[in-house]
Amino acid sequence: MITLNSYLILSTILFSIGLLGATRRKNLLMLFFSTEIMLNAVNIAFAAISKFHGDLTGQMFAFFVVAIAASEVAVGLGLLILWFKRHNTIDLDSLQKMGG
Amino acid sequence: MFEVVAFYLFAILTIAMFTITVMTKNALYALSSLAAGMIFISAFFFLLDAEFLGVVQIVVYTGAVMALYAFGMMFFDSINDVEEKIANPRLTFLLTGSVALIVVVIFMAPIVGANIDANYPMGIASQYGGVTGNVQDVGVVLFTKYLIPFEVAAVMLLVAMIGGIILAGKKMDRDIILDTEEEQEHLHAFVTKKDGV
Repeated sequence: MITLNSYLILSTILFSIGLLGATRRKNLLMLFFSTEIMLNAVNIAFAAISKFHGDLTGQMFAFFVVAIAASEVAVGLGLLILWFKRHNTIDLDSLQKMGG
Repeated sequence: MFEVVAFYLFAILTIAMFTITVMTKNALYALSSLAAGMIFISAFFFLLDAEFLGVVQIVVYTGAVMALYAFGMMFFDSINDVEEKIANPRLTFLLTGSVALIVVVIFMAPIVGANIDANYPMGIASQYGGVTGNVQDVGVVLFTKYLIPFEVAAVMLLVAMIGGIILAGKKMDRDIILDTEEEQEHLHAFVTKKDGV
């Protein structure tokens, strides 16, 4: 039988994969992909809690998370294109102006 | 039985796809596997009786976000392998593992709000004389309690769209592939001559 815990454990695994990507990746486009993975993992947890608690509020939060993810991509990709035009690279190390 | 099989099948598929996204060196493989993972995630929403959320997941993520990434990819160098200089690979695994452990402990902790009654129970639409179903329920809750956040989200999306257009649309008439000064000058002269200036 699939319980709430199964969904929460799946959500944790997916979130950890996204977190691993966010710490490991140096390419900014790949960092965006990892962010999407983390947002989706949280959405699964919201929908599962909504189902097993019998309350629709979790689904509402998932909708707003989707809206925020969409606008984040629009602005982030614009900035990324701007950075690529200026510096011809989207490596994270190229953003490091101050050496320490 | 069907639910158990579907859950484990899609769980394995989703984890595999996202692992490919995180681990691969090829940007196009990462994009494709991410899109596949998004579609597999929508299966969980259908399993959880959140049909509207599942449809939104497919439409917004694989329809809009992935298409935007695919168009953005045309600006970047996506044929070559992604080369990354990772200073300390063990540290990232250690950090991620410890954070995952903390999240598991948080989830396993006794839930304080376990005996709170549901404010917006499933099937709320039937109280208003509507047809019972997830889409009707979502409509009732979204346009009563969450009306203001809904409007604010709409304004936020508009602002993001305008911001994206302004940021990415600068100097769109100049080709970024022709990177020598001479070719840029030539292109600029051609454009001005064509406009009749």
